[in-house]
Amino acid sequence: MAFSNEQLERYSRHIILKEVGAKGQNKLLSSSVLIIGAGGLGAPAAMYLAAAGVGTVGIADADEVELSNLQRQIIHSTEDLGKAKVQSAKEIIERMNPDVKVNTYRIFVDSSNIADLIKDYDFIIDGTDNFPAKFLINDACVMAGKPFCHAGIIRFKGQLMTYVPGKGPCYRCIFKNPPPKDAVPTCKQAGVIGAMGGVIGSLQAMEAIKYLLGVGELLTGYLLTYDALTMEFRKIKLPSETKGCAVCGENPTITELIDYEQSECDGVSL
Amino acid sequence: MKITVAGVKKEFDDGLTVAKLVNLEKVETPQYVTVTINDEFVESGAFENTILKDGDEVEFLYFMGGGR
Repeated sequence: MAFSNEQLERYSRHIILKEVGAKGQNKLLSSSVLIIGAGGLGAPAAMYLAAAGVGTVGIADADEVELSNLQRQIIHSTEDLGKAKVQSAKEIIERMNPDVKVNTYRIFVDSSNIADLIKDYDFIIDGTDNFPAKFLINDACVMAGKPFCHAGIIRFKGQLMTYVPGKGPCYRCIFKNPPPKDAVPTCKQAGVIGAMGGVIGSLQAMEAIKYLLGVGELLTGYLLTYDALTMEFRKIKLPSETKGCAVCGENPTITELIDYEQSECDGVSL
Repeated sequence: MKITVAGVKKEFDDGLTVAKLVNLEKVETPQYVTVTINDEFVESGAFENTILKDGDEVEFLYFMGGGR
């Protein structure tokens, strides 16, 4: 694909990078990323992917914009209150970069819709706020052979890891099953510093971009943790022995998607 | 003996179990933490019976559910 003069200028800082170049930028323009959850993590991830010229960005979220979202969900503004988050996100992305096609899905993911949702995307970003969704995304991506980046944030902490089929552990290798309802605090219960979504969501966008370009080393086999109070990043090596995993192992016992019980604050905006 | 816990080398008495270490390190929601020793998972039911040895590297991996 030949670039227009406008595109050459828009993506000039990418094209000049030896790891990207015209070829890499073309790859991004012909790539697709699905972001599940248009909130603290999904907002910055969507914005950086759109600005980077990822050609198709899908956004799935059933919620409307609420006032308590705006402390961190930077893709939504005060004037968007009450608007569907996917619509608010789509409007911003289209203003940022007309090269990007935005697909919106105003749904909560569950076992009945996720396989269909992820099937046409090259990479998936988990920007959800609850364990049932995080396990569902993991299992669906493992079963469909899709790469994805998991992340979680709470208080002044965040963490992320990337799963690529056949390369290292999945989320369920580490965390076998979701904790019982309300056993582990959520952002709504415990709070989260707004910029944490910016740090970790941007790192998820970075993982997606590196995967699409095929450059560098991904967080496969590693969990990157960030503590803002001590200002420490740690790249923790994960066990490479994953044969016994219930979903990605040699003899999986989980072969169908599971809808776990949602904790009390799921379904409302965190 | 010296054990590296979450990247920090610390001195402990011999015979320390994973369960005791989880307690000493004041791990939040200890029943839901994933523990690795030298890049291998410790089964969650085996914390009481797993005895650490000098030079072990221990990591605690926590559930983190927020995002939206």
